Amino acid sequence: MKRMQTNNRLLMWIDERLPIFSYSDENLVSYPTPKNLNYWWNYGSIAGIVLVIMIVTGIFLAMNYQPHTDVAFQSVERIVRDVNYGWLLRNLHMNGASMFFIVVYIHMFRGLYFGSYKAPRELLWMIGVTIYVVMMATAFMGYVLPWGQMSFWGATVITNLFSALPVIGEYIVVWIWGGFSVDAPTINRFFVWHYLLPAVILGLVVVHMWALHIHKSNNPLGIEIKSPADMMPFHPFYTIKDLFGLGIFFMFFSFFVFFAPDFLGHPDNYIPANPMVTPPHIVPEWYFLPFYAILRAIPDKLGGVLAMAAGILVLYVLPWLDTSKVRSATYRPIYKQLFWIFVANALFLGWLGQKPAEGAYLIMGRLSTAYYFLFFLVLPLVGRFEKPKQLPVSIFEEVAKKCRTKED
Amino acid sequence: MSDNSNTAPAGATAEQIADEIESAPRRDFLLMSTTALGVAGVGMAMWPFIHSINPAKDVLALASTDVDLSAIEVGQAVTVMWRGKPVFIRHRTEEEIAAANEVSLDELRDKQTDSERVQKPEWLVAVGVCTHLGCIPSGQKLGDKKGDFGGWFCPCHGSHYDSSGRVRKGPAPFNLAIPEYTFTDETSIVIG
Repeated sequence: MKRMQTNNRLLMWIDERLPIFSYSDENLVSYPTPKNLNYWWNYGSIAGIVLVIMIVTGIFLAMNYQPHTDVAFQSVERIVRDVNYGWLLRNLHMNGASMFFIVVYIHMFRGLYFGSYKAPRELLWMIGVTIYVVMMATAFMGYVLPWGQMSFWGATVITNLFSALPVIGEYIVVWIWGGFSVDAPTINRFFVWHYLLPAVILGLVVVHMWALHIHKSNNPLGIEIKSPADMMPFHPFYTIKDLFGLGIFFMFFSFFVFFAPDFLGHPDNYIPANPMVTPPHIVPEWYFLPFYAILRAIPDKLGGVLAMAAGILVLYVLPWLDTSKVRSATYRPIYKQLFWIFVANALFLGWLGQKPAEGAYLIMGRLSTAYYFLFFLVLPLVGRFEKPKQLPVSIFEEVAKKCRTKED
Repeated sequence: MSDNSNTAPAGATAEQIADEIESAPRRDFLLMSTTALGVAGVGMAMWPFIHSINPAKDVLALASTDVDLSAIEVGQAVTVMWRGKPVFIRHRTEEEIAAANEVSLDELRDKQTDSERVQKPEWLVAVGVCTHLGCIPSGQKLGDKKGDFGGWFCPCHGSHYDSSGRVRKGPAPFNLAIPEYTFTDETSIVIG
């Protein structure tokens, strides 16, 4: 590590014993970053900020929330009506969850398009997938806490997924519930997990950053960093670019928080949980809908659950499914098309997930599910038969081409 | 960092170096204004969080207590709850009132006359929380220790209060607090 240069003797004294200043300089200030990162590279830092917002609003919500079946619903209503700025904290947290998924999905699609999962960044990608899985568990349990009808029936349906497992399924479900249905013990432990898992996510983010800083960021050209001329310091170039993107993101976020706080939720969740009545139309939160569509496309209980799990877990082996050495889809004519169909298909699956599972929707759901998996399964072949375009020589040369000189 | 930002890359032309020097103050201004705005924004965003753990509206709505005094005989005392704390209400005897008035102010740690502490001499209304470290003094019930001055005695660290609720001995620095209260009629009060 390069030592920080300063005339301040106190800072020097601290830095010699605990090099926090040298470390921050190395990783945040002079940290070498490819010169050509575009705005798709903003979403990692935005996701980090959203995580912080979720944790801080969550801590303050927890100070007024009560995880008991008798009072959970009222305690959330009390937060919104009586607690000072409780409405703001709740709207930030509730919509923050959706924002987190929007940002993380864009971040993941970015990685998918530009081949950020390829060697030597396989572990970086896999840690990211793990963060995504833990995020889903956290979001699911958070949705149970307000104890509305959707909370209760969502919890019932999702936990019952485990009952599909042969032999042990029933025991696992009873174990998860702490009883014979979703009830007081369930909400109590879900609250504990919901409070604990963000700390796990935070730890995983640290490891994610660690792995990122070993081989540095990928870039839109997908080619290696070859010389110092390909890079520039993170600060001020990317701090300001990230801040600008963050500002735009906050406008988008604020629109939902202040003008449409319930737009992304479901009105049935404002009816207190009733174990005796299932609402006529059960839908998970929007960010689970594509996987929900996969679940319903398979006409078999265990098969559906396995397909849904596979839909997520296949991401772990993606670095080995894709055999092409070229990272960026810009230079991969076939993969590029498959990718955009995959994006459209994922959105379409999400749309199907909130439609009734019958008739034409079911058929479309099956075709769509088939493409979802086909995309991953043909990757090894695409890598072998696709003829990539000519790759640029260096990042520096590409950037220089686009730069205007003073004479322009 | 700021030293680096003013240096042009190696091999720069004289023109480029001049350009760098010219744009440095502009860059410093941008950095400082961005930082100032960011700090102000974060500072303002902190307020909703800080305020959210202040008493909520439903807590404030329950911040007063009505008490019917008609059933309390002379010499009796009752304890009512107000804002989660005990409030001592004592229907004082003539002797207790006289004893409270006889004390000279010089003897008191927290100098207050009895008339400053009551609205009607026969009714003493005081917050039943010792001003030392928050325990509840004994002396409300028959047979309780009332301390050396016929009022209350705090079992935690031995503070003695007289029949006006004034501290007379022990570590407590102040007299028992008098809550805001008003007589709504002859025999009822509302505290808070």
